[in-house]
Amino acid sequence: MRVGLLTLVTFVPALGAVLLVCLPRRRDGLLRAVAFGVATLDFLLSLALYFRFNPGNPGMQFVERARWMPGFGVSYVLGIDGISLLLVLLATLLTALALLSAWTAIRDRLKEFLVTVLLLETGMLGVFVALDLFLFYIFWEAMLIPMYFLIGVWGGERKIYAAIKFVLYTMTGSVLMLLAILALYFHHGGQTGQYTFDLLTLQQTTLPPRTQVWLFLAFALAFAIKVPMVPFHTWLPDAHVEAPTAGSVLLAGVLLKMGTYGFLRFCLPLFPHASIQFTPVIAWLAIIGIIYGAWVAMVQPDLKKLVAYSSVSHLGFVMLGLFALNLQGIEGGLLQMVNHGLSTGALFLLVGMIYERRHTRLIEEFGGLWRVLPVFSSLFLVVTLSSIGLPGLNGFVGEFLILVGIFQVKILWAVLATSGIIFAAVYMLWMYQRAIFGPIRHDANRFLTDLSFREVAVLAPIIVLIVWIGVYPKPFLSVTEASVSALVNQVQAKIAQAR
Amino acid sequence: MPPSFPVVSWSAVAPQVIVLGVGCLLLLFDLVPPRGRKAHLGVIGLFGLLAALGGSLLLWGEDTRAFREMIALDRFALFFNVIFCVATALVLMLSMDSLPRRGAERGEYYALVLFAVLGMMLMASGTDLIVIFLGLELMSLCLYVLAGFLYRQALRSSESALKYFLLGAFATGFFLYGIALIYGATGSTNLEKVSRLLAQAGPGRDPMLFIGFGLLLVGFGFKTASVPFHMWVPDVYQGAPTAVTALIATASKAAAFAGLLRVLLGAIGPDWRGLLWGLAFLTMTVGNVVAIAQGNLKRMLAYSSVAHAGYMLVALVTASPEGAAGILFYLLVYTFANVGAFGAILLLERGGEEAVEIADYAGLGSRHPALALCLTLFMLSLIGIPPLGGFMGKFYIFAAAIRGGYVWLAILGVLNSVVASYYYLRLIVYMYMREPEGATVERLPSFPAATALAIALWGTIQLGLYPAPIFELARSAVLPLFR
Repeated sequence: MRVGLLTLVTFVPALGAVLLVCLPRRRDGLLRAVAFGVATLDFLLSLALYFRFNPGNPGMQFVERARWMPGFGVSYVLGIDGISLLLVLLATLLTALALLSAWTAIRDRLKEFLVTVLLLETGMLGVFVALDLFLFYIFWEAMLIPMYFLIGVWGGERKIYAAIKFVLYTMTGSVLMLLAILALYFHHGGQTGQYTFDLLTLQQTTLPPRTQVWLFLAFALAFAIKVPMVPFHTWLPDAHVEAPTAGSVLLAGVLLKMGTYGFLRFCLPLFPHASIQFTPVIAWLAIIGIIYGAWVAMVQPDLKKLVAYSSVSHLGFVMLGLFALNLQGIEGGLLQMVNHGLSTGALFLLVGMIYERRHTRLIEEFGGLWRVLPVFSSLFLVVTLSSIGLPGLNGFVGEFLILVGIFQVKILWAVLATSGIIFAAVYMLWMYQRAIFGPIRHDANRFLTDLSFREVAVLAPIIVLIVWIGVYPKPFLSVTEASVSALVNQVQAKIAQAR
Repeated sequence: MPPSFPVVSWSAVAPQVIVLGVGCLLLLFDLVPPRGRKAHLGVIGLFGLLAALGGSLLLWGEDTRAFREMIALDRFALFFNVIFCVATALVLMLSMDSLPRRGAERGEYYALVLFAVLGMMLMASGTDLIVIFLGLELMSLCLYVLAGFLYRQALRSSESALKYFLLGAFATGFFLYGIALIYGATGSTNLEKVSRLLAQAGPGRDPMLFIGFGLLLVGFGFKTASVPFHMWVPDVYQGAPTAVTALIATASKAAAFAGLLRVLLGAIGPDWRGLLWGLAFLTMTVGNVVAIAQGNLKRMLAYSSVAHAGYMLVALVTASPEGAAGILFYLLVYTFANVGAFGAILLLERGGEEAVEIADYAGLGSRHPALALCLTLFMLSLIGIPPLGGFMGKFYIFAAAIRGGYVWLAILGVLNSVVASYYYLRLIVYMYMREPEGATVERLPSFPAATALAIALWGTIQLGLYPAPIFELARSAVLPLFR
């Protein structure tokens, strides 16, 4: 079998993990450098994907196929289109940055940490590139374990509780999804005589409405827990807060996107009818998430918790965009996934940096940081504004597209969602004001050192992207456009056909 | 007139003969010098099992009946022979160093293990209720003795043996009574004849037959450790020497499933489905829920083995070739993971005692990283996390359930595996996320046991990454049952 670029991108981190296992335990510097090197190499490889990607082609590109379990119709199929390309890039970039950010934060069991992060990266990438439902499920489920270890071993005080909660929540959803996958497989096989897990083939099946509803619900539950949508979100604050910085960055930046990606890649094309049918439910849950997440974020005394709840709110936006089921909404949702990965990832990084200095994350412990940490504060400001959705920065573009999309569907939803932007401004700016401005209230804050070169290097790529997407989003939108409009057409056509 | 000898088709029972011969050889060698050192007996037993394994593999594809249709040499029997031989070989490797350390090495141990295997093989190849019963008894009697092998060292071991024996004797009684009723109703103990008569009479019409099969089910329920016949499991597993526990948990369970499949699949009618459905649901749920509360690792694994029997019953409910093949595959991956887990327990010692409390495992991840990693992978396989073997096992079983239309049972099954993940992960929590307290856990040096762990690990991973060939074998192995 010829090894293609996608296989390479997916499995280079795993190979790096194997290499790390073979290296001597005591050479910390070497271990860190190798891990970061592998992640960077992987990012460069994924950049090659971007440059060789044909934006005009709405279908799957870089497709690789190999037989795996022919008797059961399972094959190894990888491929990306405009929907997954940006998410792959996001995953490789954030993993490299997360490893760089953990340079000094992780000292305990360093080797295991690096191995875990690299294995997690392979799992995440696999989820985004797998086009065989069985393969997808394997990556989806296997990725749980590294994350479980990241939270449970290197986490904060309540790490064990948070880790187990994370696994139990996610597993509950995903095992039901497995059954739905099986049901889909047998249904398709019974209909056509061709038993296969191949996603592109399964998309051709037309399911009776009742079956669609059940299967949609099973898939949607798995994805809704991952997103997380209210009311399945309660694992998120625990997991985010207890995870080490690198874990939080990957969790917020990439793992949550698996849920929204799942809706887009599986629920919409496989169960278009049920998707339409459940649009109001999902939209209302998304709106509740937007507002509830924002309100709860407002009263958090802990920086990390605040960022965690803001994720609930932002992901509500993404879901609303996706279920507008039109070009603008989905494109906006997709872009907002990337935006959220960047800005929330950066927020977690910044919180981690200040935590490394002060060993607290309580907002009231800070204040007046502007004077001591000018570089930190200014970068923090950019990221805060991006998270609020200030025009000129990335968050605005995504939210705007989502609102344009949802406005065409139902004006009330757009109005309610817009209120979320206002609340976001309230909780983010209020937090920024209390933490950064004002007089220095605690002596411990007086002698903090500003960001090191390495820390600036971690944040710089994100800041560049934040501004870039905000000012000139075309290179990002253009790669997604063909695939998204194909998806929208496919869904509409299927619905029209059924009528 | 020349005397006529009955024709004995030895080739049909070649693996059994090998095991029997080696077992007798072990008894003989036990009496000759060197006295006091018994390790060579283990090696001989191991080679005997490997020979039986090789014989079974060579015979693959045969399909004959012998001894007046009482014994079948078909792929089904051979597949199970492989499971028994692999499991028992691993158990022997685990025993070699651990028995002398506990001061319990006597030559009979190895002979008894081999005779138990002979019993299992008879259960898998018997096509007559009497043969299956004989196999069951041979296996059980050997296991009763083996469970009490530490009687001088630990009271628990005697308790384990006694409980196992008493409850086992009850189950045997039920089993035999069931056979008697079936014989009374049909006039035969041959499985094919019984199922033919059953099909003619219409399932479940004849109360005597119904009760007879019900009683057989009780007997098998006991041996497979299904709820509500699982009461013996935790105490026996806890008290028996750990290697023997591994044998009881894997090979003897496999043998019971072999018998169950042979007896039920041929004769089972739709009216059994409801009962089995309930049995499967109860077994999974009770096993998993009670396992959560266990602080002792052996007890936890005991209840988890109850739950695993429940998953396999789910496949049995479907009574389809896919389901039956799923059971065979599941038994194999379950064997690897469970023998591996018990092997890891056996290798760890705390203050001169085996480390069996979950709290003993605190900090194992940094103290003995390799062993902790092995144990972690076995636990993950038992949960059913891909890409390990346990996932594929569950996948095949639930696929069969969905295909058979047992959606609710499948849903209950997968939710059960979420519950199970809690207690398996708790062990991982202790190993990696908690600091050790008190005396440190020592790892015993043992080359054979380490080899056994490595093989179990290889099996667990191999069956997860590349399950198709073995599953195809399992699929062809169950075909004789669906003729």
